[in-house]
Amino acid sequence: MLRFLRRRAIFFIFTYILTSLMVFFMLRILPGDPARVIAGGREASEQQVQEIREEFGLDRPLPVQYLTWVTDFVRGDWGESVSFPGNSNRDLILQRTGNSMRLALVALALSIPISLLLGIIAGLTENKLPDSIISILTLSVVSLPEFVTGLFLINIVALRWQNNPIAEYFGWWFPSSSAVPANATFQEALPALWLPAIAATLVLLAYISRLTRAGVIEELKRDYVRTATLKGIPYRTVIFRHVLRNALLPTITVIAISISWLISGLVVIEFVFGYPGLGRLLIRAIELRDLPLTQAIIMVTVSIILVANLSADMIYAILNPRIKLE
Amino acid sequence: MQDKEKNLLLEVDALNISYKIKGDWIRAVSDFCMELKPGQIYGLVGESGSGKSTIAQALMRYLSANGRIDHGSILNFMGDDLTYANPAQMRSLWTQKIKFVPQNAGAALNPSMKIGKQMTEIVKHALNINGKEAQKLVIEMFNKVQLVDPEKVYERYPHELSGGMQQRVVIAMALITDPELLIMDEPTTGLDVTTEAVILDLVRNLIAERDTGVVYITHNLGVVAQLCERVLVLYAGEVMEDAAVNQLFSQAFHPYTIGLLNSIPRPGITKRDSLLQSIQGSPPSLRERKDACVFVDRCPFVIDKCHDIKPGLEKIADNRLVRCHRWEEIEAGELSFKTEEALTINHELNEQSETIMRVDEIAKHFPVQRSIQNALSGKEPPPIRAVDGINLSIRQGHTLGLVGESGSGKTTLSRVIIGLQERTSGKIELLGMDIRNTVRERSPDVLAKIQMVFQNPQNSLNPYLSVRQTIRRPLMKLRGLSRQEADREVLELLQAVNLRREYAARYPGELSGGEKQRVVIARAFASDPDLIICDEPVSALDVSVQSAVLNLLARLQDENGTSYLFISHDLAVVGYLADYLAVMYLGQLFEVGSAKELFNPPYHPYTEALVSAIPVASPEVRENRILLEGTVPSAQNVPSGCRFHTRCPRKIGAICEDEAPPWLGDGEGHFIRCHIPLDELRELQNPLTTETDSA
Repeated sequence: MLRFLRRRAIFFIFTYILTSLMVFFMLRILPGDPARVIAGGREASEQQVQEIREEFGLDRPLPVQYLTWVTDFVRGDWGESVSFPGNSNRDLILQRTGNSMRLALVALALSIPISLLLGIIAGLTENKLPDSIISILTLSVVSLPEFVTGLFLINIVALRWQNNPIAEYFGWWFPSSSAVPANATFQEALPALWLPAIAATLVLLAYISRLTRAGVIEELKRDYVRTATLKGIPYRTVIFRHVLRNALLPTITVIAISISWLISGLVVIEFVFGYPGLGRLLIRAIELRDLPLTQAIIMVTVSIILVANLSADMIYAILNPRIKLE
Repeated sequence: MQDKEKNLLLEVDALNISYKIKGDWIRAVSDFCMELKPGQIYGLVGESGSGKSTIAQALMRYLSANGRIDHGSILNFMGDDLTYANPAQMRSLWTQKIKFVPQNAGAALNPSMKIGKQMTEIVKHALNINGKEAQKLVIEMFNKVQLVDPEKVYERYPHELSGGMQQRVVIAMALITDPELLIMDEPTTGLDVTTEAVILDLVRNLIAERDTGVVYITHNLGVVAQLCERVLVLYAGEVMEDAAVNQLFSQAFHPYTIGLLNSIPRPGITKRDSLLQSIQGSPPSLRERKDACVFVDRCPFVIDKCHDIKPGLEKIADNRLVRCHRWEEIEAGELSFKTEEALTINHELNEQSETIMRVDEIAKHFPVQRSIQNALSGKEPPPIRAVDGINLSIRQGHTLGLVGESGSGKTTLSRVIIGLQERTSGKIELLGMDIRNTVRERSPDVLAKIQMVFQNPQNSLNPYLSVRQTIRRPLMKLRGLSRQEADREVLELLQAVNLRREYAARYPGELSGGEKQRVVIARAFASDPDLIICDEPVSALDVSVQSAVLNLLARLQDENGTSYLFISHDLAVVGYLADYLAVMYLGQLFEVGSAKELFNPPYHPYTEALVSAIPVASPEVRENRILLEGTVPSAQNVPSGCRFHTRCPRKIGAICEDEAPPWLGDGEGHFIRCHIPLDELRELQNPLTTETDSA
């Protein structure tokens, strides 16, 4: 286990270095001069731009800029926000990350049980009616991009139902704006959460349920299932005690990995719903060519994805006796 | 009638089984019948595609979803008709009375559940015993199937056990409820002969203690001879012959059975004595059922009647059944198999012939990654000594057979010689010249001179290349022929391996197993090699096909003067083809000598055990076997002194544990590595009874 963690730690460090390099240099290659943007755009005089350059160290050689940025980032000094004056980048990002996490959690809490259930039913009834229905449903959902389902939900549910007596009765569930006050409790945030959460759920639903179905079908063909059945134990015991444990092993990894997938989905969903999460902040930061903020957001995202993948590996290894973390 | 039915455990009649394949119901088994008494071990023998596993599944009423038992079949178990039993009824029978022992024990155990839990689950459900009581019962059963350290096994996961141990667990699972009927589907296939011998012994004793009836399914007539009371021979889904084992092995009445029996290489018989009999052609496709005998295309005694009328299963004297129009003529001895002329290798072992290859102190050690403990204490873990100092030489036109259990390092040795794996130390000389480590470093000339035939023809042919393309490659790349020349040569090679010209255009998917292996052999011969390494070339093939491939290899060797390094776990097969034999154990050689001598004392105690473990296809030879305990020790911690001392039945004392044994020679090229003097060994050991000895 220690050995595994050590190897993983080294792997982490290299991934971080590589992604930070890519993020840093790719953003420099983009057209437009960040110093001019900060200085106020076209109207700013050459001198103002020059001052900004010096202030932010943008006139120094790129490697030096990179190193300063990395050391500051590691120390936790992510700079004062240029685009949102009065806030530090770190506070901004952490608050927005919290919002996104809430959304992601609700999405996962909805999608995992539903998709596992659908996947298992489909797997156990391979090529029969329930399987066909589930497969058609999940496939049609997966073929709709999240911005389409998002817009659909907004139009049908949020806008149409707003003046509907039923909606009025459940008024709390249909807030007129998706704005979430900073430091809102979970309960306060929930009304704004559930519609985008459904859109995010649909992103994962099809994916996880297809994989669960494949896992169940594959395990059912294995010899040990025959052994278990011929023990004469009840069918449900064969399924629950023998098949599911093995069938869900790969699914668990997939769920952890799909968290990274969810994050990219969230960027779009947050934008469509105007939900104040990390994804929307990223889009805004790029629009404003706010380099320090963009870089910091991407590095945070990378961390989340790496941690999700690591926990996937570890959970898998703990549940699978054939793998020893050596 | 009533009485007769009472003491029958299982009565099957007119059993027809079909599978739905691409919309059509295809009959896989037709008109199967058998009667099993309590305490009887009934062998079901057949080659792949004969329907034997389908019958096993049908008897369990556990056919795959696309299979069905057709109307009119009778399947009586202890007086109850199971033909139309519903799943709930079957489940209650599966719980206790009818048990199944599958072929691949490793896959048959749940990989993520501890062995103990998988066992107690049965005890709880079938016998309603829980907790400590259940555990005690399981451990008792583990003791009965002779599992070492039953308490530890209880806490293990399946992958932590060896193949033999897994098989014992599966047998324990079946026997723990004291079933009435046991269906064993090839339970020893895939195990080493030594392990197989131990398991067969175990099954025989366990069954003798109870009154369980056993249906034992196998492709190995030797196993039937050793274990069963009655035997039923299946071909293309039909019963060909059904008789008591003694009767069948003393005189078979069906041409197919006779062909099968003749195609088994017997220990002590070599290519110089006689060609192996083989059955021409391959089994019919189940789709095209005709009103003819199913064996008609391959039968040497075929007459017009066989094409027109399907023979019925006739009940003849001594409670035997046979399905053949001409069995009476066969019984009377009026028909005899044309004895294929023996191979024209009349030259005796030629001591003068040139040495093709010399392997000098070859070693292959696999380094082991350091664990945390080792890293802390600064110790380097010992490497895995897969091959540890082997000396061999192979003469031109001769075959050196290499035998040993799995884990002995024989495959690693072959991979080092062919250059697929880098050697740790040692020298390989080809025609007096040193050759380099790996294929990548070797020149095309060297590559052309050593070729290889692998075990599984399925995996060693590229499915997207036609036969012509496959054989053309070495011709063009290694022999430098032009495309036209190569294409011409392809046809000649196909002819040499007895395949028609049309086969050049076919793809591996369109070939049977035997045909694929012929293509592989043709490819190996394409570069005109001096040495071909054959790694278990026939063990994936059916017996009737196997003999034809062995004959082919013998003939090609004679025509081309090629040398073989022939690796196999099957001593009879190696013994047939080899001129010299080398016995390998834990990375070292323990005996070398001419193939004839190796089957007669004195032999090394390990060889003795290997020879005695061969399931000989004649029921008379059911003598005391030498059963080796345990498995080959880990090559990472090889035992001190003689590496075999941990399992040696003839261990003489501390000297075996402390000192590496010397090579003892008899002065005629036969060497044994043992502390016991040769004369003493000769006195201790029994010669193997073979046909030639009695004749």
